Amino acid sequence: MDTSTLLRPASAIAVGRRGFLRTGAATTLSATAIALLAGCESVAGTGGDPGNDVAILNVALGLEHEAINAYQIGAESGLLQPAVLNVAVLFQSHHKEHRDALTATIRKMGGKPVAEKGKADYVTALNASSLRGQGDVLKLAARLERGAANAYLGVIPSFRDKALAQVAARLAADETMHWTALAGALSEPLPGKALGFGA
Amino acid sequence: MSKEPYRRSFAALAAILAAGVASAPARADADPERGARLYESRCIGCHSLDANRVGPRHRGVYGRRAGSVPGFDYSPALKKAAIVWDAAALDRWLANPQSLIPGQRMNFRVTAERDRADIIAFLKRESGK
Repeated sequence: MDTSTLLRPASAIAVGRRGFLRTGAATTLSATAIALLAGCESVAGTGGDPGNDVAILNVALGLEHEAINAYQIGAESGLLQPAVLNVAVLFQSHHKEHRDALTATIRKMGGKPVAEKGKADYVTALNASSLRGQGDVLKLAARLERGAANAYLGVIPSFRDKALAQVAARLAADETMHWTALAGALSEPLPGKALGFGA
Repeated sequence: MSKEPYRRSFAALAAILAAGVASAPARADADPERGARLYESRCIGCHSLDANRVGPRHRGVYGRRAGSVPGFDYSPALKKAAIVWDAAALDRWLANPQSLIPGQRMNFRVTAERDRADIIAFLKRESGK
């Protein structure tokens, strides 16, 4: 495993360990959400019945809750080297921004954001008791990030609002970026063929 | 000339087509090993075989009634869906969940028929069927 490929970004250092302790989701549209959702007809209330779009966003929110908790479990495991922990903090902060944007959007569209489960539920669902070393944590994170990227790509055809579909593509890009860094740290080969995600 | 023979023919044809839709067999060339790889990359974001996560656990899904995994919070639409997950139902579900069960929450689509067949073959195998 080559964790030197997980470069230490300054922003991660700024976030620090305390970043893991932040809880709660934004209730209004953050700057990130506004930028992310610019042009979305459903959010603006001009896209007709947004019902199914809200359901899709709520599943995405559930996925982001799980991702945040997965990094929390990894950070609290004591298995991560400091440099790797800093990157995990950064990736978790991305997922928190996703969560906040999705939460605010669902509320603005008249939906009820799905609640975060208890930590014990995530520990069980992710089989966290099987984590024995840093490599295990990174493998779990890589699996979840690749799965999340594919999940976002797989719901794109179902969106009524094409701008929300584009949001899903942007979220998928973030998850793919995370997967790429994690796969590099695990010394996994790059995909040999193009178009390996989604489809 | 009586129209009755034509009516009978159309009725028979409709019955044959309906039976074909309801009991479409799994593709003979479906590959559960490839399905396992697809499951790992496409489905694992929300599902696991043995744990309820964003979506319900999948072991045993083949042959199971829709909306029946204990402890999972299904949509009302899925709870009341009178569907047993066989190859045909899973194929329609993966192709377009909202088309099969309006009001469901998944909305993830597997667009390629071959991919759906392989994933279903994997799920069938992991369900002991």
